[in-house]
Parts: sequence; structure tokens; C-alpha cells
Amino acid sequence: MIDQFLLYAFLASALAGAVLMLVLRHPMRVALALVGTMLSLAGVYAMLGAHAVAVFQVLIYVGAVMVFMVYVIMLLDVRDDSLASRFTWMLAPGIAGFVILVAILGAGIWKGLEPFVPGKAYGVKPFAIAFLNDYWVHFELVSVLPVAAVVAALAVLQLGRRPRG
Amino acid sequence: MDSLQLLGWSAVALFALGLLGVIVRRNVLVMLMCMELMLNAVNLSLVVFAQRGDPAAASVLVFLVFVVAAAEIAIAIPIVLLLVRHKRSLDLGSYSDLRG
Repeated sequence: MIDQFLLYAFLASALAGAVLMLVLRHPMRVALALVGTMLSLAGVYAMLGAHAVAVFQVLIYVGAVMVFMVYVIMLLDVRDDSLASRFTWMLAPGIAGFVILVAILGAGIWKGLEPFVPGKAYGVKPFAIAFLNDYWVHFELVSVLPVAAVVAALAVLQLGRRPRG
Repeated sequence: MDSLQLLGWSAVALFALGLLGVIVRRNVLVMLMCMELMLNAVNLSLVVFAQRGDPAAASVLVFLVFVVAAAEIAIAIPIVLLLVRHKRSLDLGSYSDLRG
């Protein structure tokens, strides 16, 4: 019972944070709403038994990516037109499409929900064993990607620098 | 509705909210954050579908999505910094001269 309540509470909190991201004006508040959404999603993962994913969600997303994002928002702090008028002309068709989706979702919930059965817990240990025994090639291949990203970031910043002399 | 079905639909709703944010918001940093929200929605759907399949494969795939998200941010932020240095603005409308 408490499992079901916590799962749906985390899910509702994640959806509420996502809606807040669209509505709030200042990028810093949007970033904090996104942090709230990510933490709620980590709670959902934990309730579903995916403990390894929940830990990585907090460590990598909230701990690394969002801190980087908040740092850049504080570094730039540009006051321009996007603060005064938040939305483009796509607002009306976008909201119309979203209302249709929410209507489908609401109709499903209206018919009644079956009780939630918690999944089998999948902790860090079995994840680590499977990761380094079966999926090490994928790990090595994907580790090229951050290196390429760092080199590309350096190249972009070099491009922006004015030539000396 | 099955509770896993509800979670799957919620992942769709989160993805749609992220896509809506990318389409309707004018601030470039907010658009980037909405893209992160879309990646999060994909992760949620992977974890939900893993409840009926192989949790190891799904967890590894989610981990790889994390790496892709980190790389995306590492590239996107310098590009935004460069654009702000040129235009002194985060507004998408001021970059309209990039149109081909």
C-alpha cells in the first residue's frame, strides 16, 4: 500500500516539476524544477527496484549535469527578450497536442488502476557484475564519446577566441 | 489500467512536455534543459519496460544514455557560450541570421 502511494506520489511530483519547467520564467527556477523532476524520477526508479539506476540518476544527472547547468546560468545571467516574453508562436498548437495526450492518459486512469506489484530489486552489485562481465565492450566504446566531447568543447572555445598578434 | 502501463504513459507525457518546452520556449538554456527532460523520459520508459524483461540490459542502456547526456551538455554549453559572446543574448529570435 505504502509502495503504491510512494510510487504515484513520486510520479506526480515528476510530472508537476516538468509542467513547472514550461511555466516558470527565469532559467534558474527552471533548473531547480528540473532538479526536482530528476530527484522524483530517482524515487520512481527506486520504487521499481532499479536501485543502480536511481543512484546513477542522483550522482550523474543531479550531481554533475545540473550543477554544470546551474553554474552556466549564474555565469551568463543575460537579461534579454526571452525573460519578458517566454513563448514562441508555437504555444497554441503545442498545448493542443499535449491536451489530447493528457486526455488519453486521464481516460485510462478514469477506468481504474490495478494494484502495483513492486519489481525485483536490482542493486548496484548485480549491475556491476553484469556490466563488467558482459557489457565491457559497450563501456569501452562509449567511453570514447566523452573524450570526443571534451576535445570538441575545447575546439569550439578555441574557435571563439580572437586571434592574437 | 495496469500500473506499469500508467508509468509508460507517464514517460510519454514527460517526453511530450520536454518536446513542448523545446518548441515553445525562447531561452536557449531552457531549451537545453527540456532536452534533458526528454532523455529522462526515455530512461523512465527503459526502466519500466525492464520490469517485464532483462533488468541488466536496461540498466546498462540507461547508463549509456547518461553518458550521452553528459557528452551532449559538454558540447552544447560551449556552443551556447559562444553564441552569447557573439550576440549578447540567450533569446532564440536573435539567432535568426543563422537561418540558411
